[in-house]
Amino acid sequence: MNADRLDATFAALADPTRRAILARLATGQATVNQLAAPFAMSQPAISKHLKVLEHAGLISGGRIAQSRPRRLEPKVLADATGWLERYREIWEGNYQRLDAVLEELKAKEKKRRPKKR
Amino acid sequence: MTSAYTLQVTTPSDREVVMTRVFEAPRRLVFDAWTKPELIKRWLGVRAGWSMVVCEVDLTVGGTYRYVWRGPEGDMGMGGVYREVVRPERVVCTEKFDQSWYEGEAIDTLVMVEQGGKTTVTTTVLYASREVRDAVIKSGMASGVAESYDTLAEILREI
Repeated sequence: MNADRLDATFAALADPTRRAILARLATGQATVNQLAAPFAMSQPAISKHLKVLEHAGLISGGRIAQSRPRRLEPKVLADATGWLERYREIWEGNYQRLDAVLEELKAKEKKRRPKKR
Repeated sequence: MTSAYTLQVTTPSDREVVMTRVFEAPRRLVFDAWTKPELIKRWLGVRAGWSMVVCEVDLTVGGTYRYVWRGPEGDMGMGGVYREVVRPERVVCTEKFDQSWYEGEAIDTLVMVEQGGKTTVTTTVLYASREVRDAVIKSGMASGVAESYDTLAEILREI
């Protein structure tokens, strides 16, 4: 996955409405009207969100007519989330390993320099 | 081993990401673990299947560091130059990955504060632009993104 595509994907995923749209599309393809229904939003506003998702490659369809159903592109989403999941895990894992190293250093130090009473 | 201390992530300005974590050890030990190659190699980026094959640290102002990890998908390297070194409390350095997924260098600031035998470590990464930082945050450094992960995890399960 190239960097531009990844940027577009993360920007697209940053918005709660767009994530909700993806969640809806995960249950099956839908038209703009169907997608707009649960939101207190105009159809043009929803269309704008769809454009962002399309640009990111997260959904497809709907390029011509408004009624053309949109569908989720699971592979693009999976690529992005796989990549970010890995990154998040790295720091949590790093610090847990560091905890273990510190425990060992503390134990060594205690041995070397017993506390004076 | 699971720590009781949680990793906190905040974004105090447009270009920064700040991670804070408490460690159950005095500062000089945490500083050692963060700056001595034989100790760095044991925790930094060495998740399952990965090892550090290069870990060089010249901890002086103007000195460089170089890390290379080897994993199932090949090698990943990064490095930079130290700009400030105040033992055992503060280090400022540049950061650049060999195959960077963001443009330019970032500036890392490491600050350690000891209280009651525990050390609070704050790492700040200053990116070249807001866009770069946001891309990194969305990559999972911010705890606030956890919610969207949950949503995404649900989506992925449903697919």
